[in-house]
Amino acid sequence: MSPQLLSLLADATLQTLWMVGAAGLLGTLGGLPLGVLLAVTGRGDLLPHPIFNRVAGVVVNAARSTPFIILVVAIIPFTRLVTGTSIGTTAAIVPLTVAAVPFIARIVEGAVREVDRGLIEAAEAMGATPWQIVAKVLLPEALSGILLGLTLAAVSLIGYSAMVGAVGGGGLGDLGIRYGYQRFLPEVMAAVVLVLIVLVQLIQTGGEALARRVNKRNLKT
Amino acid sequence: MIRFEGVEKQYPGRGGAPVRALDGITAEVRRGEIFGVIGRSGAGKSTLLRTINMLERPTGGRVLLDGTDMGALDAAALREARRKVGMIFQHFNLLSSRTVYGNVAFPLELAGWDKARIRAAVDPLLDLVGLSDKRDRYPAELSGGQKQRVGIARALAAEPKVLLCDEATSALDPETTGSILRLLADINERLGLTIVLITHEMAVIKEICHRVAVLEGGRMVEEGDVFDVFVHPRHETTRRFVAGVTGGDLPETVSARIAPGWEGQGSPVLRITFRGANANTPVISHLSRSYGLDLNILHGRIDQIRGAPYGTLVVEAGGPAEAVRSALSFLSSNELGVEVLGHVPATLVAAG
Repeated sequence: MSPQLLSLLADATLQTLWMVGAAGLLGTLGGLPLGVLLAVTGRGDLLPHPIFNRVAGVVVNAARSTPFIILVVAIIPFTRLVTGTSIGTTAAIVPLTVAAVPFIARIVEGAVREVDRGLIEAAEAMGATPWQIVAKVLLPEALSGILLGLTLAAVSLIGYSAMVGAVGGGGLGDLGIRYGYQRFLPEVMAAVVLVLIVLVQLIQTGGEALARRVNKRNLKT
Repeated sequence: MIRFEGVEKQYPGRGGAPVRALDGITAEVRRGEIFGVIGRSGAGKSTLLRTINMLERPTGGRVLLDGTDMGALDAAALREARRKVGMIFQHFNLLSSRTVYGNVAFPLELAGWDKARIRAAVDPLLDLVGLSDKRDRYPAELSGGQKQRVGIARALAAEPKVLLCDEATSALDPETTGSILRLLADINERLGLTIVLITHEMAVIKEICHRVAVLEGGRMVEEGDVFDVFVHPRHETTRRFVAGVTGGDLPETVSARIAPGWEGQGSPVLRITFRGANANTPVISHLSRSYGLDLNILHGRIDQIRGAPYGTLVVEAGGPAEAVRSALSFLSSNELGVEVLGHVPATLVAAG
């Protein structure tokens, strides 16, 4: 590959990392609390609020069932409102985040619901407030599962980020389509796929290692 | 200390008819005692235990803890009251993400204690339950018995007035069960802590409880001093529980010969109960020498209740009715339990 192409590849990699990193972080900031709320507001849960639970559930499902490429286009007005433009890498972070929040919320909800009810009961018996239970029981006990879920979310975001070329988002997927496919440069396509594989492997391995480290449930005696 | 006043709990049933988990329970747990509640699964004992700290709210009646109606407290007052009620669980319910130390410190953190004060409270507790060397281990690295010891230390951390034990030994092997029960008895004695425990094992009741209540279908069918309940179980359910640990009543071959009642005919069959110091008196030879009775021992057993030996002997007393009557009054005046089970008809006496 020519030095120009290599520099394009490096730029695209950085753009992908920027988009996935920013959307992952913002998605976690939104999805983590939303997921916890979904998990604790159901009927018979810690802080029952069936109306909130129902409405939030419907919104999350609606966002999750919209195909990503349609979401990108559909929220262009919102994207413009937030970033001042609807084109470019930074603008692409908006739809990625909007897709990540409900995804991460469901993952967090699942992990929190996995926490043994006996632990909640024990904390209640000790006079814990509901928010103490969330902060000191549910989140620490669900942390390992949450980290695995965030790993999954990051890998999915890499996949989604390939589609934001449609709004000039750039990144590895866009490079692969425009140079590898449309300009018949198979070596570019191969390089893009290779970089993506390495990225996903790194994220998966790192995420699993982190999750294992915080999981104290299966220690050898 | 704890008063149950007509406590009821109904759940909406599936078919429309509500399920009565608790049906008018009235009882009192005295300060400093170990009060056992026994029943089969579904009898309502777990629900009853949870009404004490309002993990289950009664649908009728009241639960008073030290005179306070627990059901009438608002959320903040209830949390405060719960801190004074320790609880341990069948499956321990320890936080897997915290070390032994962190688990015991947990209730104190919830109460907003500072680090130095927590440390000063937790270390002696780990000593008390014998886990000082496991301080920085995680629950997954401990055996079942050790986990329950952590549970006990955690329950004691906030210096509760009452300790609730929810089938605390049911997940443990017999040997570990013994050591946990000894620890509970020791804590009860040393700290004067009132303990309420529920179990489906009469052996647990026999080992450490002072008083026991028997639950069946949400009703309390029997209550009393553990010794009395063991020696004279009145309700059918209680009899089955007692028989489960003592190996049953009279052997079939013996009971087949006994006719009910005794009005002076044939030879009466007596069950004599020895307890504590009386267990060592030579009652049988005294009866035979002083009253001229022919005593035929049909069945005998020695057991322990709360570490004190007690024995029962079933004897057939041959002799004049008058002599038997004086022997009976001697036995009851000596605080030896005695009960006439029936009599062996004269025809069988001659044949036997």
